[in-house]
Amino acid sequence: MINMYEVSETNKMIEHENLDVRTITLGISLLDCVDSDLNELNRKIYEKITKLAENLVATGQEIEREFGIPIVNKRISVTPVSLVGGAACRTPEDYVTIARTLDKAAHKVGVNFIGGYSALVSKAMTKSDENLIRSIPQALAETERICSSVNVGSTKTGINMDAVRLCGEIVKATAEATADNDSLGCAKLVIFCNAPDDNPFMAGAFLGVTEADAVINVGVSGPGVVKKALEKVRGKGFEELCETIKKTAFKVTRVGQLVAGEASSRMGIPFGIVDLSLAPTPAVGDSVAEILEEIGLERVGAPGTTAALAMLNDQVKKGGVMASSYVGGLSGAFIPVSEDQGMIDAVKAGSLTLEKLEAMTCVCSVGLDMIAIPGKTAASTISGIIADEMAIGMVNQKTTAVRLIPVIGKDVGDTAEFGGLLGYAPIMPVNEFGCDAFINRKGRIPAPIHSFKN
Amino acid sequence: MKKCIVTVLGKDTVGIIAKVCTYLAENEINILDISQTIVQGYFNMMMIVDVTGLKKDFTAVCDELEQLGQEIGVNIRCQREEIFEKMHRL
Repeated sequence: MINMYEVSETNKMIEHENLDVRTITLGISLLDCVDSDLNELNRKIYEKITKLAENLVATGQEIEREFGIPIVNKRISVTPVSLVGGAACRTPEDYVTIARTLDKAAHKVGVNFIGGYSALVSKAMTKSDENLIRSIPQALAETERICSSVNVGSTKTGINMDAVRLCGEIVKATAEATADNDSLGCAKLVIFCNAPDDNPFMAGAFLGVTEADAVINVGVSGPGVVKKALEKVRGKGFEELCETIKKTAFKVTRVGQLVAGEASSRMGIPFGIVDLSLAPTPAVGDSVAEILEEIGLERVGAPGTTAALAMLNDQVKKGGVMASSYVGGLSGAFIPVSEDQGMIDAVKAGSLTLEKLEAMTCVCSVGLDMIAIPGKTAASTISGIIADEMAIGMVNQKTTAVRLIPVIGKDVGDTAEFGGLLGYAPIMPVNEFGCDAFINRKGRIPAPIHSFKN
Repeated sequence: MKKCIVTVLGKDTVGIIAKVCTYLAENEINILDISQTIVQGYFNMMMIVDVTGLKKDFTAVCDELEQLGQEIGVNIRCQREEIFEKMHRL
């Protein structure tokens, strides 16, 4: 039988160490909504989402109450909209009507984000994909809860440099379209390489075409719990350090698995995966950077950071894998800057640079995340940064992503405020040497030699 | 059997157990196990209870126990047992 020590350990994690389930994300396929009439398409999308997700928020709250575990977000991911809208949308403006419909549906069912305003163009773009991508700035400026993503490369296909060039311009245009709110639109736009089909975390969530009609995916969290556990093994060897991380990740993930199973059975929707991620928030004590500092770095960004992060990421997976029947999504430590107080402090202290963050993305999920850069940064430079990050993903056969916010009207020394879970970020300097001639080349970078495995 | 864990934490005072147990009895909740300690004036109790015979909604019990806690001046939580089982047992 459960003893008092175990009960108090669990409740201490919840009350004092920010243990929570970060998100229950309901994936909804919109493939059966396809229609050549735009109004009809919008109607079908709205009806399907509001019907399937009707009880999502209430079910989440019920589970929270019964088990005493906070479930921070209830969200929805849908089929990449470029695949759904192709028959009806002739122009980018047509796509914006779908964005409005999704936003309306999100408000109706009470979720705080809906992801999947996306295009998968890792090899090339269809006209429909291009229209969707070109509609992103307006769609993000006119809606509140839409999240958008574009997959521009993969290990199997190489990198679509035409899409990379276009996405640099789109990131810039989105920043300008939402300049009044510190270019907040860019916080809801992710450029991916090797994007997973079942990621429950925003802003990059969408429901891939290989998925069922509806599916429940859950993202766990718990940086604070890992940090507290590591405080007890200060000065100990790597073996003990790794064992502690694994055991803690196991416990955290088991809670996610429990919640996923409950949500799935209560809603009558199949369970997909648990995403084993250490997802920080701006709250004190909920930081991945603090874990790295607890491991022994004076500040995150110091020499040793990449090694410490590689170890942390690997141990989280090793501990989590056995705790869940199906693991998927991004599964790793997130290193967003604006959403992690320790990262923000490290940037302010001059310890963490864009280049070091890029190195860190080689060994963890996901990429250059929530980084505010000067608003004057050229679109081609943004494309260059995207291309670098995509290359890391392509060659290392992992997911990488870029979520940069060129904050219009602000420069190094200023701070951008995004609010809520998105946090705030000091503007980081960007290498100002140009890469236009490289970015302006047409076509794609071929797939790497080690992708030919057949 | 549907088991739940009730935890009571707070400053020790007269009648904490009595009030909690009265509430449980009134709601057909059977107590299976109690452990309780007092450390430096702080009352710490854990009960394993059976809610199979419960007539009302389980979330209502959670809310009412929390409210009862506020009246006594302690913190009362009621949670389904599975969260602890999952985390601490293979």
